[in-house]
Amino acid sequence: MPYPLKRLLAFPLVMFGVSVFVFIAIRLVPGDAITAMLGTESGLLTPAQREALTAYFGLDQNIFVQFWRWLAGVVQGDFGISTTYGQPVLRVIFDHFPLTLELAVLSMLLSLVIGLPAGIYAATHKDRPGDLAVRVIAMLGQSTPGFVVGLLLIFSLSVFFGVLPRMGSFVPFRQDPVGNLAQMILPALTLGTAFAAAVIRVSRSAMLDILSEDYVRTARSKGLSRRRVIWRHALPNALIPLVTLSGVEFGYLLGGAVLVEQIFALPGLGRVVLDAIQQRDYALVQGTILFIAFNFMVVNLLVDLAYAALDPRIRFETK
Amino acid sequence: MSSLLSVRDLKVGFGPRPESNEVVHGVSFDLAPGETLAIVGESGSGKSVTSMAVNRLIDFGGGRITSGSAAFTRADGSTIDLARAEERQLEGIRGREIGMIFQEPMTSLNPVLSIGTQIEEVFRVHFAMSGTEAKTAAREALERVRIPDAARRLTYAPHQLSGGMLQRVMIAIALASNPRLLIADEPTTALDVTIQAQIMGLLSEMKRETGTGMIFITHDIGLVAGFADRVMVMQQGEVVEQGMLDAVLDNPQHDYTKHLLNAVPHFSDGRSVRHDMQRDADSRRVLEVEDLTVRFPVRAGLLKRQTGNVHAVEGVGFDLMQGETLGIVGESGSGKSTTARAILDLVRPTKGRIRAEGLAGAVSDRPVQMVFQNPNASLNPRLTVKQLLAEPLIAVRRRIDAEAVSRMVMLLDRVGLPADSLARYPHEFSGGQRQRLCIARALMLNPSILVLDEAVSALDVSVQAKVLDLLIDLQNEFGLAYLFVTHDMAVVERIAHRIAVVYAGQIVEIGPTSEVLANPRHDYTRQLIRAVPSLDRRHSDYGIDLTEIPSLVRPVGWEPEAARYESAGADHLVRAGA
Repeated sequence: MPYPLKRLLAFPLVMFGVSVFVFIAIRLVPGDAITAMLGTESGLLTPAQREALTAYFGLDQNIFVQFWRWLAGVVQGDFGISTTYGQPVLRVIFDHFPLTLELAVLSMLLSLVIGLPAGIYAATHKDRPGDLAVRVIAMLGQSTPGFVVGLLLIFSLSVFFGVLPRMGSFVPFRQDPVGNLAQMILPALTLGTAFAAAVIRVSRSAMLDILSEDYVRTARSKGLSRRRVIWRHALPNALIPLVTLSGVEFGYLLGGAVLVEQIFALPGLGRVVLDAIQQRDYALVQGTILFIAFNFMVVNLLVDLAYAALDPRIRFETK
Repeated sequence: MSSLLSVRDLKVGFGPRPESNEVVHGVSFDLAPGETLAIVGESGSGKSVTSMAVNRLIDFGGGRITSGSAAFTRADGSTIDLARAEERQLEGIRGREIGMIFQEPMTSLNPVLSIGTQIEEVFRVHFAMSGTEAKTAAREALERVRIPDAARRLTYAPHQLSGGMLQRVMIAIALASNPRLLIADEPTTALDVTIQAQIMGLLSEMKRETGTGMIFITHDIGLVAGFADRVMVMQQGEVVEQGMLDAVLDNPQHDYTKHLLNAVPHFSDGRSVRHDMQRDADSRRVLEVEDLTVRFPVRAGLLKRQTGNVHAVEGVGFDLMQGETLGIVGESGSGKSTTARAILDLVRPTKGRIRAEGLAGAVSDRPVQMVFQNPNASLNPRLTVKQLLAEPLIAVRRRIDAEAVSRMVMLLDRVGLPADSLARYPHEFSGGQRQRLCIARALMLNPSILVLDEAVSALDVSVQAKVLDLLIDLQNEFGLAYLFVTHDMAVVERIAHRIAVVYAGQIVEIGPTSEVLANPRHDYTRQLIRAVPSLDRRHSDYGIDLTEIPSLVRPVGWEPEAARYESAGADHLVRAGA
């Protein structure tokens, strides 16, 4: 059996574990769904009405029955109805996920495009002024909170350039690519800078280690140019820790970036999860967390496959 | 004499102020086309730095040539001073006119690129070849170093080949462009002795074939005895002696050269063995090993089912008397270290019996103690010598009282370290001194048996000789029995009373050292002895023998036939039929 397929077989098991955990955790949070749903009006409910509502949502059943019903639904593709959005859970997720995915991809690309060359430059100019500058910038980038960077970006753009980020309702890429990118570029930069700093630090230190390896000396003894030694011999080896880092980061980003979505008023998955938890929207919490867990596992699988592609020493059994 | 390379008063320093941190102090030598110069010296002698200054790889390691010249005659007849050449010029010379081979084949090839890619690169960069043309050239280069099935091997990644194979790949790369100069920096030091012989054989054949000049760096003067035309001996960054090979070997002028030739263990076919201990009826047996077998499971598949066993040690048996040294000799993967570890109770034997007996008056019930190969890695850098020496006592729950401390001082004195060492840390000692510390630590519990696993292999040759002398003194004083595991035939000849030769997990020959070395009966023992570099056999050539050690992985439930041994004289057994 091919290795990726074997890994896919483990997916349901992990998802089941995640479901059980989320199911219990959300019910341990104080407060009940009916109160959260109706807000202050819930005080007007008669006990009989309250009971009727509880029964309507099936919350009077014992927790095993509730779990079983939900699980049976999920297996058939029915994740339930979100009480907050009044729509099927899957629908809510798929409405908000494209934005989150786009934001994740854009910020990853930005951070790699900025971070990797900067890291390589710093490593090949170790302890010279350029290296020091890159290291200071990386340190600042990593230690400044994302929302500060975001606010600074908005502020400087509006004050110095008179450009305001488009804060209006979200425009999907397919409808208006230019408008969409204009809307997304600042949040992507905000997320990307912090991560670019991490990319710089990892790629710099990986490159430094590798440049003192015996095989780099061999490459030089063959008369290869500086450029070829770095790009052909050193970089492929340095990519391995970078893939690890990027995989983890990308997995997180796919779960939504709550702060950045909040600052730039973007309706991404992060806000959905936040709303769902605040509203005790059980079905939506369970559905989104499951979805996020699934994404994480897919990303992890891709990372492992990338290792194998990058390094022939890592091979998966095919038996 | 037209010269290929003429080095004059070359000085090399390191760091931001290389003039004040000089490690090579004015080296001069000449190399004629097709000639081989051996640079001999111990670690820190500057031999590697000198050679890497020639092709200026030193620039990438933080070093700089501070003065002197290195005139290199290029293929077109022009001369260039490598010491002052621009990096761009050097790129056209490295790999094209000067090839280089390094010490560690396992780490000297890029792990993520196929070996084909790494060989082709030379043709692509220096000869502007591409596609099939480069591939064909790479295959021919690989065939030239006698790698069978070259076309398929080109697609292999380095980790799929053995160390000996990889070194041949390195040679293929270095010789790909028929360079006029080949620099070989200890190319066989990391390899087993029979593999070393293969590589030396290949190098001398390549040299004959291509007429390339060669600088061969080594710490082992015996290795180049049959190989070099001229010898240059270096010590602490200076050349102490250079001349024609025979002149230097037969009539050394400088004290250090004499020291290298005499004080250092050189293999002499069993003529310099110890005669200070004879087994007789009164000998006390302190260690008995019977039918020792160690197998490691090989697991595969989703459920990690056991699919086979590595038969690391298979039916090994021997005994050891008080005051006696048994040398266990073999190459990597032969099971010699596993045998030692089983006796130390560090791995669990699959079957077999080990019985060790303590001395009267032993401090504990642990009669076996050990000394490992790398003294740097065996001493915790955060502990003082006193704490280090206390560790064995702590392990057997003894108090560190005045008596214990006086034993520490006594042992430090015996191993030749000052008593005020107790408050110092390992990094304050040299490599040889650290190994003395390890020996003192091993003696804290007054053991009857010391297991010495490659205990002198990491040391410089002249330090090696001193530590061996120390071990012999201690053995006589304390009546210790040594189990001396090593791959080094010269060392074992000096220290062992008896030798067990192991091959593929089994003893193939065991007997008194003089008998086994002077009169080897088993094919493998003979092969091993033939492969050892020796000053005596300096005019005999290395043949090329490309045998590889068989795989030790067997299916589950596989039981080998019990080995049969034939007597080849008193106390001398040889494995029959294999």
